[in-house]
Formats: sequence, C-alpha cells, structure tokens
Amino acid sequence: MNRRIGNLFVVLAVGLVALIGMTTYWQVWARSSLEARQANVRLVYRDLAIDRGSIVSSDGVTLAESKPGTLDGRPVFFRDYPQDGLAAHLVGYSSLLAGRSGLERSLDTELTGSTGDLAGVVNSFDRMKGDTVRGDDVVLRLNAAAQRVAMDELERLGVRGSVVVLDPSNGGILVMASTPTFNPNTGLEEALRNPNSPLLNRATQGLYPPGSTFKVVTAASALDAGIVTTATTFPGPACIDSGGQKLCNFRDHTYGPHTFGYALAHSINTTFAKVGADLGKERLAATMRGFGFFSRFSWDYPPEQSLPSGVFNRRGNLVDPSGTFDVPRLAIGQERLLATPLQMAEVAVAVANGGQIIQPEPVLEVRAPDGAVVRRPSPVYLGRAMTTETAATLRELMKQVVDDGTGGAAAVAGLDVAGKTGTAETGRESKNDVWFIGFAPAKAARFAFAVLVEDVAGTGGDVAAPIAAAVLRALTAQTT
Amino acid sequence: MTPGRGLVRLPLRNRELGLIALALLITTVGFAAVQLARAQEFASSPLIATAFFAGAYLVAHLVVRITLPVADPYVLPITAVLTAIGLIEIYRIDATLARDQGVWIVIGLALFVGVIIAFRDIRRLETLRYTCGALAVALLLTTITLGTQVNGARLWIRIGELQIQPGEFAKILLVIFLAGYLRERREVLTAPTRNVLGVGVPALRHSLPLLIIAGASLVLLVAMNDLGSSLLFYVIALAMLYIATGRLLFVGLGAGLFALGAAAAVQITPRVQTRIDGWLHPWANEQAQCCYQITQSIYTIADGGVLGAGFGRGLILNGNGETIIPYAQTDFIYSVIANELGLVGATAVILLYLLLAWRGFRIATSADDGFSKLLAAGLATAVAFQVFVIVGGVIRLLPLTGLTLPFVSYGGSSVTANFAIAGILLCISQRANRERG
Repeated sequence: MNRRIGNLFVVLAVGLVALIGMTTYWQVWARSSLEARQANVRLVYRDLAIDRGSIVSSDGVTLAESKPGTLDGRPVFFRDYPQDGLAAHLVGYSSLLAGRSGLERSLDTELTGSTGDLAGVVNSFDRMKGDTVRGDDVVLRLNAAAQRVAMDELERLGVRGSVVVLDPSNGGILVMASTPTFNPNTGLEEALRNPNSPLLNRATQGLYPPGSTFKVVTAASALDAGIVTTATTFPGPACIDSGGQKLCNFRDHTYGPHTFGYALAHSINTTFAKVGADLGKERLAATMRGFGFFSRFSWDYPPEQSLPSGVFNRRGNLVDPSGTFDVPRLAIGQERLLATPLQMAEVAVAVANGGQIIQPEPVLEVRAPDGAVVRRPSPVYLGRAMTTETAATLRELMKQVVDDGTGGAAAVAGLDVAGKTGTAETGRESKNDVWFIGFAPAKAARFAFAVLVEDVAGTGGDVAAPIAAAVLRALTAQTT
Repeated sequence: MTPGRGLVRLPLRNRELGLIALALLITTVGFAAVQLARAQEFASSPLIATAFFAGAYLVAHLVVRITLPVADPYVLPITAVLTAIGLIEIYRIDATLARDQGVWIVIGLALFVGVIIAFRDIRRLETLRYTCGALAVALLLTTITLGTQVNGARLWIRIGELQIQPGEFAKILLVIFLAGYLRERREVLTAPTRNVLGVGVPALRHSLPLLIIAGASLVLLVAMNDLGSSLLFYVIALAMLYIATGRLLFVGLGAGLFALGAAAAVQITPRVQTRIDGWLHPWANEQAQCCYQITQSIYTIADGGVLGAGFGRGLILNGNGETIIPYAQTDFIYSVIANELGLVGATAVILLYLLLAWRGFRIATSADDGFSKLLAAGLATAVAFQVFVIVGGVIRLLPLTGLTLPFVSYGGSSVTANFAIAGILLCISQRANRERG
C-alpha cells in the first residue's frame, strides 16, 4: 500500500509543479506580449499615474486638465475637459474607454513628458521610481471666445457643419468648430453609437462638394496661366453644352456679356466652365496640387483624422490627378470633387497672404511644468499656390463678392471682408451643402476662414456668410 | 511517550511552535506592508487581527501539545502561513471581508481543536463510516435540491445570512466513508473473478460501487453545474480505489468512463460549456461572459512578474473599489497573490501545498492500519487535487471551476472544512508515531 501511496503523491506533485511551470510562463515569457495587448486595462490604468499637462486656449481658457484622484490606493490623475464639447474635436480625448484622439493623441509625448530630450529621460527615471511624472502644458492658438461664437451659431441653427479660421500669416488655427459635438467627459460612449457621428471632426474629416468656392482655385489657375484678366469678357448664357450634357447657371439665370471679375462676384457657372475647358486638365490639376489638394496636410494632428481633398471615384477613393475627369464641371466645383473645410480655409489663406499655403498650426507654445517655453512652432510654408500678382487680383475680386455680390451677408462694420460663396446641391430635394470662404481685413488679412453647413435649404450667401460675419466680429472684438 | 509528560521536552512540538512563530512574523510583516502601501493613516484593526490570529494559533498549538504530543509538527504551521497570506490579501481587497475571514479562521481553529479532542483515537472515526457516507449523500442532495446558484454554479445553501458550501464538508465525509468501506472490501475488489480477452475483470457486483460513484459524480456535474466539484469527488474516489486495490485497470477504466460521461454531460450544462470555451479561446472575445474573468486573471498574474508588486501594491481594484477580476477574493485569490508576490510568492504558495500533501502522504505511509492510510492519503489527495484544479483554472491550464483555494480563499465553509482535515491528519499522525515510539 505504501508504494501506491508514494506513486499517487508523485502524480499529484507533478500536477502541482505543472502549476508553477504555467505560472512561470505567464509571468516571465508571456509578460511583455500581454502587457502590450490593447484590451489590457492595466496599460491604461498605468498611464493614469502621469499628471498629463493641460491644454489652454490663447485667451486663457482651460480646455483639458488633469484632476488628482486615487485608484486602488495609489495617486492617479483623471482627465477633465472643463469646456465640455467646446473644442472637443481639435483637443480630442484621452479616455480609458475609447483611447485617444485629436491633440490629446498627436501631442501625447509632450503632454506625458515622455519626449526624447533630457527632461524626458529624467521623467522616465521618475516613472521607474514610482514618482509622479508631470507632463508639459500646451497653449493653443485657438481663440476660445470666437470658437464659442462659431459653435453657438452652428448649434443655434441645429445643423451639422464646421467653421475653420486660420491666421494667414502663420497657419495658426484660431477657430476649429464642428457640429454636432460631443462631451469628452461623459458623452463618449453615447457619441460612439450616435448616427450623426459627433466624433467626426467635420473640419478635417468631412468631405463636401466645394461648389462655387472652388471657382477661386479655377480663377487662380486661369489668371496664373494668363488666359484671362479681370477685364476679359464672356457672353453669359443660362446654359452651355459640356460633354454632351447641359451645364447651367444657378437657377438657370441668364447674365449677358460681363467681365471675368463680375463672373466671380456673381458665381457664373457657364463662364467658369468655359475657363476650365480652356485651362485643360493639366494646368487646373497643377494649381490644385499647389493649393494642397490630392494630398494630406502634414500637421500636428492624428493623420487618420485629417483627410486629403480632391476628386473621388464612385468607390470613394481619391483619384490620381492624372486620371480622366470632366474639366468644365470640375472648374465649377462639381465632378465628384470633395474638399474638407480645412482645405478650403487654406485656399483662403493662400489668397490672403500673397499666394502661399501654410501648414495648419494648432500650437502657440509648449511649456514645461516650471513655465519655461520648450517649443514655439514657427510657420511652415508648404508651397506657392499662385503668383503674388494673382493673389492680389483675387483679393480685389473676392472683396467685390461681399461688397457687391453673393456674399453681402458676410459684411462686418469696420472690417473689409472678402470671400466667396458656394452652394452645392446634394441631390436631395432642396438640400444643399453651403459654404462661405474668405478672409479679413481684405488688404492685410489676419483671419482666413471657411464656413460649411451640411444639408440646408438656403445658399452659402444666406446661411454660411452670416456665420462668418459673427465669428469675425468675435475675433476682432478680441484682438483690438 | 505519553501525553502530558514534560511539556518542554517535546522536540516535535517545539519545532511546531517555532514554525508558528515564523508564520506569525510573516503575518505581522504582511499586514504592516499593506498598511504602509495603502492607508493614509494608522489603523488598529490589522494589529487586533494579528493578535487574534496569533492567539488562536497558540491555543491550537497548546491543545496539540497536550493531546497529540508526537503528531506531525509541520501541518499546523503550513496552514498558518497559508491562512495568513489569504487573510492579508483579503484585507487588501476589502477590510470588511477580512474581518469575516478572521472570524472564520478562529472558528476553523476551534473545529480543529474539537476534531483532535473528539478523534484523538482515530479508530473511532472508522466506526462512523456509514454515518459519514449517509451524511455526505444527504449534504449533497440538500445542495442539489435546496441550493442557491452563485455565479451560475449550484454549490451553496443559504441559511439566513449564512451561505454554506456543503460540498466542502461532504468531501471529508466521503473520504472517511471510502476509507472505511474500501478497507473492508479491499480483498474482494482485488480478486478478479472473470477473464475477458485475457484481462481479469472483477465481477459486476464488485464493480458496482465504482459505477455508482462514477454515475453519482456525473449527476453532481449536471446538478451543480460545476465541473470542478464533480471532478474532485471522482478523482478522490479513484485515487483511494487505486491505493486500496492497486489495480490501475480500475483507475483507467474509471477515468475513461468519467471522460466519456463528462463529454456528454457538458452538452446539457451550458455554463460548463462556456467555461470550456473560455479555456480554449480566451482571447477571441475578452469582454464576453466566457472570457472576461480568465483573461483578467492572466493579465493580473502576468503583471506580477518575477518579484511582484508587493503586499498591497498591485493593481487589483478598479476606480469603484471593486476587484478588476470578479470573485478575486475566492476563486481568483491565486491571481492576486501572483500579482502582488510575483512568481517567487506564487511558487512558495504552491510549494507549501506540495509540502502539506507530502506530510499528508507521509502520515499515510507511517500509519499501520489500512483505514488510517486510506483516510490520510484520501485527505491529502483532496487538498492537493483541489489546489491543482482551482489554480489550474485561473492560470488556464484547465477549464475554470468554482473551487476554493484551501486555507487561502475567502469563505467560511472552505476555511473550517480544511481545518477539520488538518485535525484528522494530526490525529492519524499521533497514533502512527506513538505506536512507533
């Protein structure tokens, strides 16, 4: 019997030793690969130990900050967004549930103090010792007061839309509004399920037919190519034949003989279609590339949240500019041409600053916990979209759009506003995607903007231009 | 050597006392570590708990010193270290739970003392074998019929505020019954009476007990909705049958029978099926019912690494103060230990069980009557195999089951039943050593 008892003990001992073996496997061999698994909440809980830097607007409004708390007896920091949905798309979120987006994601290394420089190395030692790591603070170029006005205007109308205002001298993002918005503190779960896609940053991820605002690009191309001047005259019929199909003016309006300048102010489709045909595909596509179409802007923002603009095929893929498309229709902003509000704001930037597009820049400066400035981005010029002369000509023509054309509603007392309206039919009964892009003051612009409203009954001049005016008033009230 | 002669001249008991003192040192250091890691201010409750713990163990030791002077000196200190580690981790999860557990440990030690006083002469238990068998069946039947389901398994009976897990006691009663029954019937079971294809097979009426046990275990599996308990009962029975008869064929036949039956029974118990899914494909859908507990358990274990975070310094609770792994204080206490004490601590805990099993089997081999041998070996198997099944479950070596980790897991039934096992083992040891000396 004793021998059998011994045998049984050996069998059970082997079983218990197998437990040690398997535990060793998890704790030694599999440990690092398990740590890296996305579903491992410990990963996120560990990040809570970092006192993430705050994000503040240029006018001193805190958009994101860390609040101390405790988790299982240890000090941790929970992210808080005091302004709720005010600039939720640009700022983004850092959440246990949904991960990170927006600047919270693209500026993560600075906000967590894990940069590659000496301070970052010191921080990584602190992290090993278990001391609290304090990340850098970020001051944005965003003007919170104007952002508030932009959000209020869009929300007041109850529409989906976007307002982007850039500083044409340095690319600084002064306003980046998108509706519907979401509350990064409490509304993430709901937002993930909402059919209106509130998490979508319509300024950078929303692709819309630019309609007549694209005539600014066509005009730049034609003026640069020398095939028109402001004085060149055109016949102005209601409709023309383009590739076997009728191409008509807005509401089939007949204009009669007029100049090129008048055609831009009154957004005459037949004239611009003719100009497009004369330009040809190569010259127009080259100008578009100069304005930033067909490629993603590289800027301090998660790349997947910033889409390129251009011509898309039926499957929704960006078409190479060398592909075939109906140039006259492209010239008036149709032909499956889609653009983000940020792209159209860049068009306004180029006209406003003498022909150059500049990389969008959300950050004014990054400050270390002790207040020392560790980074202050300088403007990055992305290339020339048109000659200085053409830009000057367009500034004059776009001023006429507001003074004497379709954009009258954008006028602001004491501020020379220049712009271009756009009304793109969506194919749905009396529903348009409407635009107003422009800049102010016309001569020495401090603001270049694009306003887009999705799916409304009105026109760019009726709906979008007044929003631009309201935001411009807020901006000038702040800066003067 | 007779009891009571010269309290100081008992080398085995002095060794026991020294080891208990070491266990109490571990307890004190552990509580202090948790207190330092977690509390902002000084609290007296762990101090009182440690004092109570020490007092209870010293009383138990004194009773052993008087009644069982030459019994094994390692069993009691091993239980002291294990209960201490469990108590500290439970305290770290929730102080209220730890207070309950402390009470259960004291009650468990009282039962231990009761057992060694009542059954100092272990042969007295042998006469109660059929009573024990009947009681075991009654307890299990009550559980099946009146039991409440917790986390899907029907393993508990609710009496007022109390939740009792009768299976823990039924297990011991079953071992006592089997030890008595098998000692009686051993010869008959060993003698082959028929020859089938050149293999000696006992007559049907002699294999009947085996078939009954196999059938009963499968009924338990379906009725309790838990693979672990039925597997435990069956393995204990098979192990004791093997020790009694030495017929591996019996064991092989029994194992095959159970495997076939279990494969069929699983089809009609969805909860067990879910557990098997979670065992085979835990990463497929980590948030789902099948897999959340087991994947969180593995993350928790892996997070501990070699040295662990330290008592009270791991990440066990979420923002709401709940354990990240549901049922961390009972089924998943091993994961918590592996997290806070690392591979070193987890290995030490397993080695303590190995040591306890070794002492149990050692007591079995040193005993000189069949009943004591079968009883000691059966109880040692019960503890060791239970550890294998529950720890194997939380580290994904086996499908997850609802067993407790002996002496460590939170729960009154588990703690008191295991102290009863320790008491019986010491009684057998006393008799074996006294007869030798």
